[in-house]
Amino acid sequence: MSNFSLIILIVIYLGFLFFVAFIAEKNRRTKWVNNPIVYTLSFGVYCSAWTYYGSVGVAAQEGVSFLAVYLGPVIAAPLWIVLLRKVIRISKQHKISSLADFISLRYGKNRFLGALVTIVCLLGILPYISLQLKAVSETFEIMTQKSNYVSNSILTDSTFYIAIILAIFAAIFGTQATDASEKRRGIIFSVALESFIKILFFTIIGIYITYFLFDGTIDIVHQFKDEEQFSSLITLGGFEDGFNWFFTIMLSFIAIFLLPRQFQVAVLENNREKHLKTAIWLFPLYILVFNIFVIFIAWAGRIRLGNEVNAEYFTLLVPLSEGNVFLASLVFLGGLSAVISMVVISSLALSIMISNNLIIPYGFLSKFIKNEPDKNVKFIKNIRRIAIFFIIIVSYSVYYSFSVKLSLYSIGLISFVIIAQLAPSFFIGLFWNRGSSKGAIIGMLAGLFITFYTLLLPSIFEYSTMNQPFLFSINGLHPHELFGIDFLTPPVHAFFWSISVNLFFYVYFSLNSQGNYRERNYAEMFVDSNSYNELQDGAFVWKGEAYVKDIKDVLMRFIGNERATRALNIFFSKYNLPRNTQFADAKLIHFSEQLLTGSIGSASAKILIQSVVKEEEISLVEVLNILEESKEAIAKSKALKEKSQELLNLATQLKVANLELLEKDKQKDEFLDTVAHELKTPLTGIRASTELLLDDLEMPNLMKEQFLKNMLQDSERLSRLINNILDFEKLATEKNELSIELNDISKTISKTIKSLKSSFNKKNIKVIQNSIETVEIQYDEDRMIQVFTNLISNAIKFCEPNIGVIELDYFVKDNFLQISIADNGKGVSQEDQDFIFEKFYQSKNQNTIKPIGTGLGLAITKQIIEKHQGKIWLDTDYKNGAKFHVKIPLI
Amino acid sequence: MKKILIVDDEPTILMALEYAFKKQNYEVFIARDGSEAIEIVKNKIPDIVLLDIMMPKVDGYQTLKDIKENENLKNIKVVFLTAKSKKADIEKGFSLGVDNYFTKPFSIKKIISEINILINES
Repeated sequence: MSNFSLIILIVIYLGFLFFVAFIAEKNRRTKWVNNPIVYTLSFGVYCSAWTYYGSVGVAAQEGVSFLAVYLGPVIAAPLWIVLLRKVIRISKQHKISSLADFISLRYGKNRFLGALVTIVCLLGILPYISLQLKAVSETFEIMTQKSNYVSNSILTDSTFYIAIILAIFAAIFGTQATDASEKRRGIIFSVALESFIKILFFTIIGIYITYFLFDGTIDIVHQFKDEEQFSSLITLGGFEDGFNWFFTIMLSFIAIFLLPRQFQVAVLENNREKHLKTAIWLFPLYILVFNIFVIFIAWAGRIRLGNEVNAEYFTLLVPLSEGNVFLASLVFLGGLSAVISMVVISSLALSIMISNNLIIPYGFLSKFIKNEPDKNVKFIKNIRRIAIFFIIIVSYSVYYSFSVKLSLYSIGLISFVIIAQLAPSFFIGLFWNRGSSKGAIIGMLAGLFITFYTLLLPSIFEYSTMNQPFLFSINGLHPHELFGIDFLTPPVHAFFWSISVNLFFYVYFSLNSQGNYRERNYAEMFVDSNSYNELQDGAFVWKGEAYVKDIKDVLMRFIGNERATRALNIFFSKYNLPRNTQFADAKLIHFSEQLLTGSIGSASAKILIQSVVKEEEISLVEVLNILEESKEAIAKSKALKEKSQELLNLATQLKVANLELLEKDKQKDEFLDTVAHELKTPLTGIRASTELLLDDLEMPNLMKEQFLKNMLQDSERLSRLINNILDFEKLATEKNELSIELNDISKTISKTIKSLKSSFNKKNIKVIQNSIETVEIQYDEDRMIQVFTNLISNAIKFCEPNIGVIELDYFVKDNFLQISIADNGKGVSQEDQDFIFEKFYQSKNQNTIKPIGTGLGLAITKQIIEKHQGKIWLDTDYKNGAKFHVKIPLI
Repeated sequence: MKKILIVDDEPTILMALEYAFKKQNYEVFIARDGSEAIEIVKNKIPDIVLLDIMMPKVDGYQTLKDIKENENLKNIKVVFLTAKSKKADIEKGFSLGVDNYFTKPFSIKKIISEINILINES
């Protein structure tokens, strides 16, 4: 491929990424841009050119040990739900804008610590970025088939221009907001897209090599078996190799949290906590897919190309040797994607650290105080932009002068070891409130020193013409074999010693120094982040004298008059303070510091606010007491809230109960009314008749007899009514007055019929019991006789004399006994059907001459059946007369 | 001879009142519900109606309304004779325009004398 066409391809691809980032930034609120898949894919920034090219190199030379670097993240993933979530929550709460800010805040907004973390990151990441540029340059040469890797002049080196374009990309999309804790959707979306592109193209080349150039994986293994180092490549070493594996896994475990680019995508760019749930399984899967073909590509390359060429570029060299320029171009673009995402995110993260933790707190704070707000904003953005260019240019020079000779894999591991120096202060600081800034600083410096001595120094001497210093020859002080430990690979050896020393100093000085109250305050807030979550601004302890006006002046310098006023108003209304509050309290101090943290970093924010307030020292005990008190206050107010909610619930329950009682009362009233009415009616008849009989002595005998008969009838009705009312009330109120025994339904029915014989014989009506088989079932026989008596009496009442027939049937089905009573009378009219079981319901279709009834018969019948857990209903389909069904359970 | 209509769904009460008013030389008509009563009122134009309230089909309130809203019938005296004895019921009856209100059980003698007074007023 010609130089020119490859450059065109690169320019088109970069233009495409610019376009994607631009579109995503424009649609930053849509769910296309904000979703767990994009979030997880952005984690793929972990897989840089090192993964893309370097793994194959390691696999070809050292075998499966390349996997160790990916096992760390896979092991870390399940812990994210606890660890990363905590970090994300704290970062959001305090508007953290970088890893340096996070660590500096934990140790009381310590300015020096923030700067130190920034320097550690720069030391670790600059060579890493240069490694990426090296990969671009080398692959460019391979694609254009030139033999020399580096051009003679920078100006003719295409890598230089690519680096500049990447810096422009990062500067445009990375510095849109001054508040660095704002999310950068455009960049993140393009990174996610690049993650997808690189895994896609890598898998394509894997499949191409494994299944098109070879006959699948088994074929590759078969052919490779004859190679001499085969056995060493597939076996794991013994005990000593185990250590190498263990520490490499630990190293990558730390890296997935602490590489600035990982912190950027995982913590700072996290939009929703729940997206973590997807990342937990999807990211390990991503890594797995990425690594499936590594070993086969490496072996296949060995078989095809031998040992002469650089195994790291097998993915390019193999298709090129087959003449497949198209596939090679895809691989090249995939590699370029890996480089771009890593370089952009890393330089962005580093530029924020440089501006917020190095330059602003150490050089420009006084300048800010004098400047106008919009000038300050411009100034901050420019610092970051310059920082991005600075980082990329320095990386380029590092690449230009050093890394030509180092492999991708070794630079990557050096980077990891340096970054790992942040681990003790970061991880332990999250869970141990005694961890102090002194311990963190000394541990970090000591770790750095060891790393320098054991890892960097030897490589400097190795590649220079200088003689090795005398120190190296002293027994036990050789940089790769400190104190006789000689079985570890240099990076693992450096990691082991540096982290051990770092850890020791961190713990030792933390235990021996207490740190000031601010430090302990933030330590408490980080370690116990869940319980202080609720306290928020209240968890910050501060004592002193401060005026709102002074603080507002400072805020205005950075966020302008309008935003400062608005922010303060929101604060005042949140805590119910008047808008013209004069004196600032701890909450306002904390709030203001937070407001500035995103723009200028936590250390600078603290210094700025401190410059306008008079702070008093508070003892540690006091800090802890105040924190404890506010925690208790929260708990108390929570308890109070719960209590008042309980009371409210109780009140509603009472209201409901009261309403129910009122309703019951009303029903009772209505019932009493009806009862009174029903009792008065026969009484009226009796009284009127008596009066007439008593006063009218000339009444004819026939008439007298009639009135006496009426009286008798009315008194019978009266006593029946009284009995029924008592019965009804008893059934309605008492609970267990049934005397349930095992009875035979056949006998109960025939008993009932026998007792009613005289009344149906009088009307010459037939009552027939069709079913006669014995069914033994538990019920109260007297009550059941009452039921049948009621039903049969009703039937007799409504049947025509002489032709009336009443039939009784029963059967057992599905654990129920079902009994039916049918007559051939006039039936129940449609409009009455729904009401016949209601007490005192009077049919509008009754004969003008009232049938003798109390209006309670069917209501009582229904009550009795329901007491037996049964059901009674009218058969509305029955047209020959009235038919009732009774159903009672067998058990 | 004064004409009286007695409306009640209870045969024994009806029987007693019928006997008593006949004895007082009234021409007595009886009805067992509201609709029967309206027919008789229209055809016979009685001087007074003794009206029960709780009856099947058409109740006493409706019957009273039918009589009092009819131009030809509205001068007919209507007296409620009912078991509804609450104060609110009685007030309701008078507000609907009833001429007197007797509660059950009643004294026949007292009813007769009150009815006589009512008849003689007009």
